[in-house]
Amino acid sequence: MHPTAPAKLLRAYGDRQGDGMVQMSFVLELPPSARAREAAKKFAELHGLSEPLVSTMETCAEGYTYFVVYGHSAHSVDPSTIDVPEVRTEALSREEIHHRIETRLGRKIVVVGACTGSDAHTVGIDAILNYKGYAGDKGLESYKCFEAYNLGAQVDNEALAERALALGADAILVSQIITQRNCHKENAAALIELAKRAGWRNKMVMLLGGPRIDHKLALELGFDAGFGPGTKPSDVASFLVEWMCGDREKAVMT
Amino acid sequence: MRVPMDEKKVARCRELAGSIADDVQRYIDGHTSVGAERTFLRAFGADGVDDQGAPLANLVVDRYQKAGLLGRGVSYWLGRALASGARDIQDAAERLAYAPDLDKGEGGPDRDAVARALAPATEAAIARIDRARAEREANKTRMRPGANPLKYVIVATGNIYDDAVQAKAAAFAGADIVAVIRATAQSLLDYVPHGATTEGYGGTFATQENFKIIRRATDEAALEYGRYIHQTNYSSGLCMSEIAWMAAVERLDMLLNDAMYGILFRDINPCRNFVDQYVSRRFIARSGIIINTGEDNYLTTADAVEKAHTVLASQFINEAFAKRAGVREEQMGLGHAYEIDPWIENSFLLELAQAQLVRQVFDRHPIKWMPPTKHKTGDVFQSHVHDAMFNLVGVMTNQSIELLGMFSEAIHNPMLMDRYLSLKATKYVFGAAKALGDELSVKPDGVMGRRAVQVLDEAHELLVQVERDTIWKAIEVGAFADVKRTRTGGKGYAGVCERSPDYVNPILDELEQS
Repeated sequence: MHPTAPAKLLRAYGDRQGDGMVQMSFVLELPPSARAREAAKKFAELHGLSEPLVSTMETCAEGYTYFVVYGHSAHSVDPSTIDVPEVRTEALSREEIHHRIETRLGRKIVVVGACTGSDAHTVGIDAILNYKGYAGDKGLESYKCFEAYNLGAQVDNEALAERALALGADAILVSQIITQRNCHKENAAALIELAKRAGWRNKMVMLLGGPRIDHKLALELGFDAGFGPGTKPSDVASFLVEWMCGDREKAVMT
Repeated sequence: MRVPMDEKKVARCRELAGSIADDVQRYIDGHTSVGAERTFLRAFGADGVDDQGAPLANLVVDRYQKAGLLGRGVSYWLGRALASGARDIQDAAERLAYAPDLDKGEGGPDRDAVARALAPATEAAIARIDRARAEREANKTRMRPGANPLKYVIVATGNIYDDAVQAKAAAFAGADIVAVIRATAQSLLDYVPHGATTEGYGGTFATQENFKIIRRATDEAALEYGRYIHQTNYSSGLCMSEIAWMAAVERLDMLLNDAMYGILFRDINPCRNFVDQYVSRRFIARSGIIINTGEDNYLTTADAVEKAHTVLASQFINEAFAKRAGVREEQMGLGHAYEIDPWIENSFLLELAQAQLVRQVFDRHPIKWMPPTKHKTGDVFQSHVHDAMFNLVGVMTNQSIELLGMFSEAIHNPMLMDRYLSLKATKYVFGAAKALGDELSVKPDGVMGRRAVQVLDEAHELLVQVERDTIWKAIEVGAFADVKRTRTGGKGYAGVCERSPDYVNPILDELEQS
């Protein structure tokens, strides 16, 4: 924060406070020319950039030009007016997780996870569930107080539901990586519908994760929580502990 | 630049890998699969789909599999239909699919009559593959390919006509190889979709018609830019061998083709995948296609420093499998990758040592160098730098095929400008450091020298272990990629079938003799 002005309204920061400097790059379907340069400037101005500087204009394919533009954005945002529910970010220690589950629940938390639909990318679900974990943070499989089942890739919603019920799961984790034409949303929402129809939606906590997922979107789709890029297994573990053996309100900050 | 390499140890690794592959080959030689049999039916010329879109090849093979008659080979039944008066292959195949009564092999034409009936179609099937190969080779002499490392990019719009536009744009921007990524679920389909397709998630369906459309686009681009453009697709999953045949006759240049990948990462049943891989590679060997293997993927789930040797060990095994299918070293694009955590001290040196080791061990092979993916983030600027370092290793160690890194790797399928910037940066690094590898020598006892020795030692140890336990067991305990698969688990096992002693397959016989 700038020492002299605890700004309520934020503008993009480049060289000096309030200059609104941003860079943007894009492609327009026309060959490079003086007219193309003007078109790029105009395009940037329409995005709210004043004094746009076209710093690069190159042919990137026949009849297509790639531009880099710098300019001053006129826009500002007031973060205090923004309301975003966020998943509780305070990760509990491994010992604390273990202690709470043991003393408050007295049994293991059963977690079943899968990449559903046609999605074949298991990197996310593997990072959260498998022993190895991600970036030194070991997966749920490594916790004594979790029983984790990773069903892998391309699991049908029906198959996931069946396994979760058979295993008496407390939590279902769905990972969705492929996002072309919003197939991740449709597929995830379909699982919730299935659970509602079959009458077990409220018997399990349902979590959604993936690079294009955030908590807000997950709630919209009917899940209990959403986890975006950079989520570590201990974040998910902490969330589940709060949800299962603590205060559900505390699991989610609103 | 060379890293220290114990030639005797390399030779010993090859022996061990040979013994591992021999064990699997004994299994393969006693089995066939629905996928393999469909392939031979297609190779004979049976084509088309029914009113529900089910391919004729599936209808025939499924019918005979259900009746428990596939062990004699679909060629046998096809031959009987021909010898019993069918007009041609198509008519014979349709009789097998639709005739009210199933031929159970009682009476009728004997084995010799069947062989005589199939002989002209067998010759035609082989000639079709040979013609496609000759045409590719003629095209390559007219328009020479670019210099190594060949620059490989992917397109993946879901719509084959958009793919064709993007393929040409990529060629314009300097790509040598264009791969059309498949729709994500296709590896698990037990049939090949028919015709041109415009809807697919995460990629575009591999179909024979789609292969033709991209071939046309890349041929046009080659003419326009005076440089041969290679076309790549995926011979993997449950239709591994059918797609290999389609690629052979449609003049594709490269195929992703690796049963180990299918088993570990797509949970395809190991028996099924090894049988299908063998058949696919017999077609590949004959057609001169270059295979791309998927060892690079191991390092996306396992740690790239600790498990580098598993890549090398698997490359030895893949080489041994390929040799047993008649594939020449010059067709073996063994895969490896730049996947070490970039923030580890000297990570670049470790990558350089490993890449150079693979280059030396597989010196005749068009090895394939894969870009960082696991440690890429949404910071596109940092990712661009990361890819530049990867490119530097690629050119210094003279990799044959390099799949270009994309700075938007962790975000979305590459956009027009992403690919353009990647090609531009690669062109810069490849040019600026062209002879760097020749100028330098490596200290034998330095970081790089010791790393190369260690990786080969560990690969050797793993091969000793796998050879003792067999590959089936190694896969079961998670020796590769930290992924565990059982011999009878996974998808497609029901489609494996024991060959009966009187198994008939003249096309395979011909491919095995050449």
